[in-house]
Amino acid sequence: MLSIRRELHDKIVAHARADHPDEACGVIAGPAGSDHPERFIPMMNAERSPTFYRFDSMEQFQVWKEMDERDEEPVVIYHSHTATEAYPSRTDVSYASEPGAHYVLVSTRDPDTTDFRSYRITGEVITEEPVEITGVE
Amino acid sequence: MAIDVRIPTILRTYTDGAKQVEGKGATLGELIDDIDASHTGLKERLIADGGLRRFVNVYLNDEDVRFLGGLETPVKDGDTVTVLPAVAGGAA
Repeated sequence: MLSIRRELHDKIVAHARADHPDEACGVIAGPAGSDHPERFIPMMNAERSPTFYRFDSMEQFQVWKEMDERDEEPVVIYHSHTATEAYPSRTDVSYASEPGAHYVLVSTRDPDTTDFRSYRITGEVITEEPVEITGVE
Repeated sequence: MAIDVRIPTILRTYTDGAKQVEGKGATLGELIDDIDASHTGLKERLIADGGLRRFVNVYLNDEDVRFLGGLETPVKDGDTVTVLPAVAGGAA
């Protein structure tokens, strides 16, 4: 299960809406081993595409280095689908490289409702998991 | 002295879980051959058709080697090479 604070959930949705119709992407870092997403890091989509995303390689390097220095890991890796459902595509599965992360997908195809779903992707296997949105502590 | 190579989580199955391994060589390509000798299989995950795989990022110190010389990039003792799988995907 992914447990995420309302504020972080809302930031992901706002980023996805702002970049629509291009796909938005980013990370929520958290203390290594904690499974707690805490630090919201929106990333540039180097592809600037409505059907593809890729972190900019230099931005990714800086962010990964910073997480390492802070003893954090990417607890959540999120991106949006802007014309299809919030379900991992074959492309998503083939490039999924963080088996420990929660892969969050947001669909912005409907202007009024946002689909927000979370998955584990290990090897070729997609496992959807429940999302618990928690209040501010 | 040697060259430190930082290994991402997903490739640590080749390094018995180690986050960092050491190798030697005059170029990135030679360094990868050297670490593959003791961590068989790593090279295959980094290189295809004689070049770096498209969705693997390799950095020499703070630079993406794609903007240096790819596998021909010169490396030396004291350098740090970082491997990170690209984070990518999308609806297409």
